[in-house]
Amino acid sequence: MIKKYLFVITCALGLALPAVQAQAEVDKHARNLAASCAACHGTNGHSAGGTPVLAGMDKALFIGSMKDFKSGARPATVMHQHAKGYTDDEFSLLADFFAAQKR
Amino acid sequence: MSINRRDFLKLSAAGIAIGAFPSIAFAKSELLKKKGQRVVIVGGGFGGATAAKYIRMWSENKIEVVLVERNKQFVSCPMSNTVLSGKRTIKDLTRNYDGLKKYGIKQIQGEVTGIDPEKQAVMLANGHLSYDRLIVAPGVDFMFEQIEGLNAKVADESILHAWKAGAQTVALRKQLESMPDGGVFALSIPKAPYRCPPGPYERACQVAHYLKNNKPKSKVLILDANPDITSKKGLFTAAWNELYPNMVEYRPNAAVLKVDVASKTAKTEFEDIKADVLNVIPPMKAGAVASMAGVVGADGRWCAVDFLTYESKVHKNIHIIGDAIAAALPKSGHMATSQAKVCAAAVIELMQGQAPEQNPTIVNTCYSMVSDIESVHVANVFRFNVEKQAMVSAEGGGVSAKRSEMEGAMADYWLENILNDVLT
Repeated sequence: MIKKYLFVITCALGLALPAVQAQAEVDKHARNLAASCAACHGTNGHSAGGTPVLAGMDKALFIGSMKDFKSGARPATVMHQHAKGYTDDEFSLLADFFAAQKR
Repeated sequence: MSINRRDFLKLSAAGIAIGAFPSIAFAKSELLKKKGQRVVIVGGGFGGATAAKYIRMWSENKIEVVLVERNKQFVSCPMSNTVLSGKRTIKDLTRNYDGLKKYGIKQIQGEVTGIDPEKQAVMLANGHLSYDRLIVAPGVDFMFEQIEGLNAKVADESILHAWKAGAQTVALRKQLESMPDGGVFALSIPKAPYRCPPGPYERACQVAHYLKNNKPKSKVLILDANPDITSKKGLFTAAWNELYPNMVEYRPNAAVLKVDVASKTAKTEFEDIKADVLNVIPPMKAGAVASMAGVVGADGRWCAVDFLTYESKVHKNIHIIGDAIAAALPKSGHMATSQAKVCAAAVIELMQGQAPEQNPTIVNTCYSMVSDIESVHVANVFRFNVEKQAMVSAEGGGVSAKRSEMEGAMADYWLENILNDVLT
């Protein structure tokens, strides 16, 4: 009986299986774009270390950083090369996606 | 995957009866009772494991995922060259698959024996798995037959490739340790395309790093079947000249045609090279599972796919990702995960009757360690090109300005983050 209750509670809290929060409202194109960043910045921007945590990052900070990487204003080892591959509209989509991720 | 004796008898009987009573017998040999929509993924490397996780995550657990992998543990090929220098042990690169359990992925450790694209089923020794869609992520297999004197046994016992991280990586390190000072480590590179374009040149650096500190009179001789260094050329030659002067010798257009095991000799078109350690990386093709699925192209090596979905150009409902595909994309771990995510999103859309993403844009970041602490990288964004129906490199990609310790640290973090993304 207790076991059953616990199961119901865990399911209700969404702990049994990690459903992505607010998946329904997520722009899938933005989600797909952001997915490639995970190799260095962790799943949904949750870095395991060494790289900035993008999850929950302020939108303006994200866009500003990417534009500065792209222009060369901000020096980088890798990010200037990635930034040049994206449009400003895509920076905005990515910023929205990461800002919406819980830290 | 455990089955009791009664199940085993039932399954064996089913196996024997397939020819005579196909439908009834076939239904009985189903390994996991299929209720809803199911994706079977064969191969739990960077690509396959990522696809499994992301299909579960992005479908909000609505699509059943069965992941079939023959090995008990995951061993990272990226950074495995650092085992040769002693920077890492193979244990540092080994992970288990437990981190994927929380996604509700059904995992089967086993060897696939066949694939039936008509019945939509994957065969294993003890039964089969029906699928609505199949993702084949088989990595590469070696074409030993292209080098006279080489075969799987020889490659496993003496003339190692160590191009799949694991026992061979450890064995090659041992060969290096047994090498006399003043000896020759000969490294043979196949014609592109092969898994991990900069990998062989990184290996030359890692071997040279070990030799410099332990056997400084020794040489690394690179026999490259390609006309030139295929990746990060300036950075690798600078590392060889500056970090390991007079130690690394590079020979282009030097395909190894024949090996002699007893004398550890490699024969090219021009010369016979006797080595103390002979490390021959043979030409490669898509892993055997791709052949079982009948999705290998006319070249007999790689699988042609639609880059919006990674669905096979040969069979519907079969997708191929990672090193096994024919593409102008580097065969790397990061690339496999990037393809896996495009494929995962598309598979979900297709199974839910929606149109897949029309503008996939993916990334590759690849680090090569040139010493124990310094690294160099190549980074590119790739976008779908409608006209070419292919993934094309976007503007701005490129390599490191120079090798650095900073990038050495970034390479460590890259490994930690990508392994977490794939396996947890």
